[in-house]
Amino acid sequence: MSKQEWPLYEVFIRSRAGLSHRHAGSVHAADDQMALDNARDTYTRRSEGISIWVVPSARIVASDPAETAAFFDPAEDKIYRHPTFYEVPDGVDNL
Amino acid sequence: MNAEQALIAYVLRLADNALILGQRMIEVVAAGPELEEELANANFALDFIGQARMLYTCAGELEGQGRSEDDFAFMRDEREFQNLLLLEQPNGHFGDALVRQFLFESFYVHLLDGLTRCSAPGLAEIAARAIKEVKYHLRHHSQWLIRLGDGTELSHARVQASLDDAWQYTGEMFVADAVDTVVHESFAGPDLEAVAVLWRRDVAAVVEQATLALPGDQAMASGGKDGRHSEHFGFLLAEMQTMQRSFPGATW
Repeated sequence: MSKQEWPLYEVFIRSRAGLSHRHAGSVHAADDQMALDNARDTYTRRSEGISIWVVPSARIVASDPAETAAFFDPAEDKIYRHPTFYEVPDGVDNL
Repeated sequence: MNAEQALIAYVLRLADNALILGQRMIEVVAAGPELEEELANANFALDFIGQARMLYTCAGELEGQGRSEDDFAFMRDEREFQNLLLLEQPNGHFGDALVRQFLFESFYVHLLDGLTRCSAPGLAEIAARAIKEVKYHLRHHSQWLIRLGDGTELSHARVQASLDDAWQYTGEMFVADAVDTVVHESFAGPDLEAVAVLWRRDVAAVVEQATLALPGDQAMASGGKDGRHSEHFGFLLAEMQTMQRSFPGATW
């Protein structure tokens, strides 16, 4: 028997209507349909979801941890990007 | 045999089918080829055990003599079990077990579908619950059959052999005896002839997609519905019942 591992898939589950899919974990599977089955059997055994997405892990493009500083630090001191400096006029209930 | 007796016998058969198949599947828990397949098998086994529990409880209520699900499962002898021979067959290799599941579940979904429209008290509700579980099992096992049949030369040959070996146990599913006939006529139960046509159609479609050959007509084994089992059954029963036989009434 081959000891080669099946490819990895990332699993996203929507717990109920109106919410977005959230990352739940990953499964190994030989093909897309099997990945969906395996995700169902692994991550929705306790009624966790009503919809499942699976994505080959290899197809996810991720930011490089080595570039964290360049990627994210510049946003830290831009407090003016948070909408906390505006006074909400009286009578505006929904902004 | 009056209609009530036939119904009790019928429900017990359904329960025996679910219990014995569940027990067989549980034997390979912790021996799955992959973690995910391991979980799936354990889930499916527990689905069947759950169905057996509901059905035994239903049979006990119909019988009205105070027998519990445990009494039916653990305190009856080999001849009293009336499950299909197919379901007690040993697990063999992955392909053998898969083919057994596929052939039975292809039949069971149509049987359950018929039962959801029957007039027997309680049975239609149990069938409506069970059919959702079994539809998924069948989807899972059909995909595996296609994967292995349409896979490598080796997987194709091995799963074809599994199919050829198991075929002799499929005839029994569709032979209506007195119990089946009475439940069909008195409680609007499934018509096994109609189920056979649907089964043949579905199985042929998946087998073709799997690039496998449908086994030809041949002599069919029977006896399960009469309590005459294959030699494997005694061992299965011994392992399943040993706790309750050694410590009757034990609970935890």
